Amino acid sequence: MPDPNETSSRPAVAEITLATSRDVVAARQAVARILKERGLSAVRITRFATAVSEITRNAIVHGGGGKISIYLDGRNEYLRVECRDQGPGIENVTLAMSEGYTTAGGLGKGLGGAKRLSHGFEVHSAPGKGTTVSMSVKL
Amino acid sequence: MTSINLVENALLVSIQDDVTDTEIVELQDTLSNRIAKENVKGVILDISSLEIVDTFVGRVIAQLAGISKLLAAETYVVGMRPAVAVTLVELGMYLPETRTALSLTHALTQLRRA
Repeated sequence: MPDPNETSSRPAVAEITLATSRDVVAARQAVARILKERGLSAVRITRFATAVSEITRNAIVHGGGGKISIYLDGRNEYLRVECRDQGPGIENVTLAMSEGYTTAGGLGKGLGGAKRLSHGFEVHSAPGKGTTVSMSVKL
Repeated sequence: MTSINLVENALLVSIQDDVTDTEIVELQDTLSNRIAKENVKGVILDISSLEIVDTFVGRVIAQLAGISKLLAAETYVVGMRPAVAVTLVELGMYLPETRTALSLTHALTQLRRA
């Protein structure tokens, strides 16, 4: 598993502000480009870029916008993406992760789906404190 | 950007990789109007340039297929990349109203028979 302390000590490879749906496209394309440069297979790139797409859209739709930061860990074994928003936060993370749960009229597959498509996946959230999703893929 | 062209008796829709959520919702509107006006037998959605299809895009594709069926046109999705198919299954996305075809030629052959 990625070591969050180790990754956070390195500067971000890229940072993208999330405000509109165009930024969701920019975020997933940036992640895909970095993974392509690292020689990952098409399936692995698509899986992780899809997870990033789900999470960054959540930050815009539910969190009112935010920022993603892309990091490489110290041994270049993992790429980690951190997505933060300053929105209302998630009251019950376990419930939000469950299949079919939705507050925005979607399918409720986004958060749980993004977790399945990532190697490491953590959600930190509290009401009124925004949400941070940290997800990683093995390089 | 996304283009819509009339090919034989079908509307060929090419969705580009940089399509935004807003644009794809607008496409739903534009496309349903064109199906009704041009009396086509089918809609062919070319997603070969899409590197990812997430739950939002998947849902819009499923809705497009549902709408065109109500307007008496069948929808074919062509050019889905293998990696996209793998990811959609992992996301639990099914596109029940949508037929898939490996190529544009295949989809047009099916529509000629219809």
